[in-house]
Amino acid sequence: MASIKEQFEIPSKLKTWSYALIAVGALALLAGLFKSGMSNDEHKQAIFIGTIMYNTIFWTLVCNASMFFICITTLAMGGWQQSFRRVPEAISTMVPIFGSITLVVLLYVAFSGKHQIYHWLDTDAVNNDPILKGKSGFLNLKFFVFWTTLAIGLWTVLGYRMRKLSSEADNGAFDNVSGAKFIFKNTVGASMFIAWFGLTVGSTIPWLWMMSITPHWYSTMYSWYTFMSSFVSGMSLIALWVVYLKNKGYLEYTNQEHLHDLGKFMFAFSIFWTYLWFSQYMLIWYANIPEETVYFKTRVQGAYKGIFFFNLIINFLCPLLILMKRDAKRNYTLITFMGVLILFGHWIDFYQMVMGSISKDQVTLGWLDFGILSLFVGLMILFVAKALASKPVIAKYHPFLKESIIHHT
Amino acid sequence: MAKKKFVVGCFDDEDLLFPAVKKVRTVGYKIHDIYTPFPVHGLDHAMGLRETSLHTAGFIYGITGTTTALSCISWILTKDWPLNIGGKPHFALPAWIPITFELTVLFAAVGMVLTFCYLCQLAPFVKKHRFHLRATDDLFVMVIECTDKTNTDDLKSFLSNAGAVETDLQIAEADWWVGSYDKEDVPFENTNEIAA
Repeated sequence: MASIKEQFEIPSKLKTWSYALIAVGALALLAGLFKSGMSNDEHKQAIFIGTIMYNTIFWTLVCNASMFFICITTLAMGGWQQSFRRVPEAISTMVPIFGSITLVVLLYVAFSGKHQIYHWLDTDAVNNDPILKGKSGFLNLKFFVFWTTLAIGLWTVLGYRMRKLSSEADNGAFDNVSGAKFIFKNTVGASMFIAWFGLTVGSTIPWLWMMSITPHWYSTMYSWYTFMSSFVSGMSLIALWVVYLKNKGYLEYTNQEHLHDLGKFMFAFSIFWTYLWFSQYMLIWYANIPEETVYFKTRVQGAYKGIFFFNLIINFLCPLLILMKRDAKRNYTLITFMGVLILFGHWIDFYQMVMGSISKDQVTLGWLDFGILSLFVGLMILFVAKALASKPVIAKYHPFLKESIIHHT
Repeated sequence: MAKKKFVVGCFDDEDLLFPAVKKVRTVGYKIHDIYTPFPVHGLDHAMGLRETSLHTAGFIYGITGTTTALSCISWILTKDWPLNIGGKPHFALPAWIPITFELTVLFAAVGMVLTFCYLCQLAPFVKKHRFHLRATDDLFVMVIECTDKTNTDDLKSFLSNAGAVETDLQIAEADWWVGSYDKEDVPFENTNEIAA
């Protein structure tokens, strides 16, 4: 083996940038807090909390998608991702951090005694409303708090176990027996994470956190739709970090072949996201039942029309047309561009999913949204870089590493 | 339809084939094709074949399908025979998307299969010359196209030195023609060719 740069050193420029982003974000947060968060207008307060809420939910789910990626590739006995596996691992260390922010925000919403965001928290309203009464087995304060805490807690714990297991590949070469044992332990850990992930992100969590903002409306596809949104953004984030590290001269074993496969994920799951978008929309459009169309009324015919269709253009048409060619998926510049575009597009998607229900008549997208986005991006850059620096960037004794080195598509 | 002169070299090991391809290309002989019992990874790169344009063709077939579907349905349902279906507008785009998608896939798939068959010169009732029958069994058969100036004996010994277990001079039709394998020759009964 030629000498490889194992230890990531955080460039001072990256630190400066992340601190600047965090500072801008903190300023925006404070300004928002004084301007609308502490105002007497409950609607303004709801907009402020909602803005923080969709940002923190988005980034938690996106970073959690990294751990999902590690686990599915582990379960599929995939080898190709080994050369850059420490990158999704580092991104997944954000789950406890963003998860705690999400937990604090959601618990605040649950216990604040205001019902602007979650109407079903209002017990008087629920008792007089047969539909909400029927849903109260799922949509109630106790279950919300319990399930939210458990979800974030188990993502953290199970993800931590996977990352700890991965460190064993730094200690020394495996022999046949210990190597097989290592792979088996990885498989068990990954299965546990996937099972829990399916119960939370794949089904209940998006219903509980976001769909319940319009409590009368329901769509069984909603969770898959949200999950795909976060997964395709998660793949873009991994690709962006891989390109960044390649630019800095790390990840010697990762090349265009790996980038091509990451690009395929970004391309394919953008299409799958659209499939879910369309399936959810068309069935409701076709049946045209008032209780189902209530969600789309504000988005297709109301104030959010522009954002709703803009969302479809950047999350479907752009990936479809730009990433279709093989050369595009092997081009570092184009992948970077598309990575940023897809992340932005799905951030906008989360924006309209949450804010389209909180502020129905007026699009609130403005300085507060971008300020809080910059806070989260800054935190993400800083802590992912720290996590990358805390371990060798290549797990050089992993039994499947050779498969990744000779990988070609 | 023209007959050409070919020198055929047969290799029994894929590890010998790659260096041989490299040598043949360095010296400047023109490789007509290489027939292998199974797909050999990286052989296309070694032979210097250009990237296929099948996917570009596929894209064109695909958008043809999209256009066909959208223009047909919109003309039929808005101009030719407008129907009131569940009070929906005549131009009911969401309802057409599945059909548009299916037609896109159908056009792309059928078009690409037919193009692929054409590019590989495969079709019912047509025949191509087979340079060596064991190419479907266990031999890697490299076929080199000769010009008038090619010294075939030199080329044969060159291939033998590169590791070919068997070399052969054949004057054969390079393209496909209408015909049938059953009538003209029967595979695996040609004792001359099987003896190695």
